[in-house]
Amino acid sequence: MIYRRLLNVPTWRSRSPLDELLRMRQQMEQLFEEARVPSQRSGAGVFPLINLTEDKDNYYIRAELPGVMAEALDIQATSQNIAISGERRIPPQGEGARYHRREREAGTFSRMIALPGEVNNEKVEAKLENGILTVMVPKAEVTKPKQISVTS
Amino acid sequence: MADTERKELKVREKQEVAIPAEQTTPGLVFTPAVDIFETEKEITLLADMPGVKADDLTIDLRDNTLTLTADVAPAQGAGEEEILTEYDFGRYYRQFTIGELVNQEKIDAQLKEGVLRLSLPKVEKATPKKIAVKVS
Repeated sequence: MIYRRLLNVPTWRSRSPLDELLRMRQQMEQLFEEARVPSQRSGAGVFPLINLTEDKDNYYIRAELPGVMAEALDIQATSQNIAISGERRIPPQGEGARYHRREREAGTFSRMIALPGEVNNEKVEAKLENGILTVMVPKAEVTKPKQISVTS
Repeated sequence: MADTERKELKVREKQEVAIPAEQTTPGLVFTPAVDIFETEKEITLLADMPGVKADDLTIDLRDNTLTLTADVAPAQGAGEEEILTEYDFGRYYRQFTIGELVNQEKIDAQLKEGVLRLSLPKVEKATPKKIAVKVS
């Protein structure tokens, strides 16, 4: 910092006007970062997008999979992870079909979901209804909340 | 065709829309992804509408305007708490202008695995006919 010496400004870091500016910039950046978070999804960016919920006994994983057949889905469970993979097929239409719009996509997918607690992977249930997959994962006994009675 | 079908699916956020009519119930509105194709006899529309039950779907065709509206009931049970939310759900809404004359009586709609298949048969008039040229 040549200016500092030239201008004979005290060399305390916090007193330097330039440092002050830098600090301000950092704070501003932090502020913008924080403001941006809500609009950005914390998703993993892997298909399919999921919603994860829990109640006392289970975790519920839900995903929108329209047009995916139950047979085309493969779900594997370990004590802490659920793997969902499969394929979405769009059967080709006849020869004479002329497309006006083609927005729906076909393809394969595979996603691993880490659950926040240990689960009982023996009793996982999955159902596909109206294009929504629901995987019900029972929590392991250690993960379930225990009621503690207070004695006086 | 085989290559494209094996490709890996990418995440695509649902498209939120502003609908022309003001809503009476609050909530998000999304536009469903559609495929539209035409054969000589009919126009077929496929729309991805996960979570929609047949009773909640309204298909309206009047004056060449086709309107699809569907309500989605939350899949989440009452006692559940959210841990991670990557997608939202809400109403589906989309409008199309159909250029061809459609035989209203023969419209067929099927909802299977969250996909709507709507067949709009063309009116006889619009079906192209081969015209034989006689040579005299």
